[in-house]
Amino acid sequence: MSEPVLLQIENLACIRDDTVLFEHLNLSLAEGQMLLVEGSNGSGKTSLLRILTGLKMADEGNVYWRGKAIDQLAGEYYEQVGYVGHHDGIKRGLTCLENLRLVQAMGKPTELDLDTVLDRVNLYRYGDTLVASLSAGQKRRLALARLIVTESLLWILDEPFTSLDKKSMGYFESLFAQHLQQQGIIVMTSHHDISMLGCDLQRLNLST
Amino acid sequence: MNRLSLSQAFIYLLRRDLTLAVRNRAEFANPLLFFILVITLFPLAVGAVPELLARIAPGIIWVAALLAAMLSLDSIFRSDFDDGSLEQLLMSAHPMPVLVLAKVAAHWLVTGIPLLLVSPLLAEMLGMPQAAQGILLLTILIGTPILSLVGSIGVALTVGLPKGGIILSLLVLPLYVPVLIFASGAIEGAAGGLDVSAQIYMLLAFLFLSISLSPLATAAALRMSMS
Repeated sequence: MSEPVLLQIENLACIRDDTVLFEHLNLSLAEGQMLLVEGSNGSGKTSLLRILTGLKMADEGNVYWRGKAIDQLAGEYYEQVGYVGHHDGIKRGLTCLENLRLVQAMGKPTELDLDTVLDRVNLYRYGDTLVASLSAGQKRRLALARLIVTESLLWILDEPFTSLDKKSMGYFESLFAQHLQQQGIIVMTSHHDISMLGCDLQRLNLST
Repeated sequence: MNRLSLSQAFIYLLRRDLTLAVRNRAEFANPLLFFILVITLFPLAVGAVPELLARIAPGIIWVAALLAAMLSLDSIFRSDFDDGSLEQLLMSAHPMPVLVLAKVAAHWLVTGIPLLLVSPLLAEMLGMPQAAQGILLLTILIGTPILSLVGSIGVALTVGLPKGGIILSLLVLPLYVPVLIFASGAIEGAAGGLDVSAQIYMLLAFLFLSISLSPLATAAALRMSMS
């Protein structure tokens, strides 16, 4: 029996400065599926991801979550979404733990112990360290730790492997695979080859 | 599920912004220093004539307070925009207007309260009559939150623009004028021994209007800017 569709994109279009980035885009994602958005620079990968987060309005079409338009759901949708964009979305002037505590306060918090979360992303020793003194890769790991804290179902990730070393990339690949096994959904752009995840993968090339 | 309430989210965000301000002291030191410097420079420019200074003191203090508030407005959302935190706030499960209110409250605590604390000293320096000093404090207590609330709408509209500073001034300054008129008018009236309750009630009306409408407008403007 096929899994129920959670995320559906219907007739989506995005226009930037009179240039059509994409139009008539239709696709659906069920539990445990992953969408890899590919394309050259400026092809609209980030724009598509931002439309899925609700941060950007589509010029045409709609995005549905469990059959309801996301702009009608608002907070109910955001409880299910974890987003890591180009920017890490963490405060340099706060410690790692303070940043994660805020994530817990702002979204759908979990019973997870934050020290355990930091341990999972190999930042345990840095709990009380200001983010300003972390390396770019460590900041990215902290940004990705947000996904663990919120336990959201839909992960929207814009180049998540940026600044990560091979070991960290390997860890997060296995984290993503685990998320898909637990019936989560991932929509991601990445220049990194992620075919080794062995998941139910859909590819969308925006350059064509 | 251990779901935090909206009030707890409000307190977390307020505490976060206050912590960041304490760790980056320039954020509240700059507007305060600007406020003090502008006011102390006036006697040097117009001459140390006590009668003249006492007469123009309400205007000097309120114009300086208004410009100091303008100077600090950008800090409400700028760093959150630059590091991507604003995207995360907009994607929060909690209503954005409430989170905006937390951020504006933090901004007022960091920039408005210091002005409130130093203004009696500056009023004394300018020779403002004792009778007017209480009203000065009251107008700053009521007026500076209005400046933060109204200013947040302008910042939200311009946060995505590369050089939004000038546009911000053009957007926000006209909206500050009623506060300036009623606040300085109340102080002048108090100095002349008049009843100033009408001006105070007007300022309170502006404050309640700003508290109820500005977070909604700011949240909508932020969504527009991010889009």
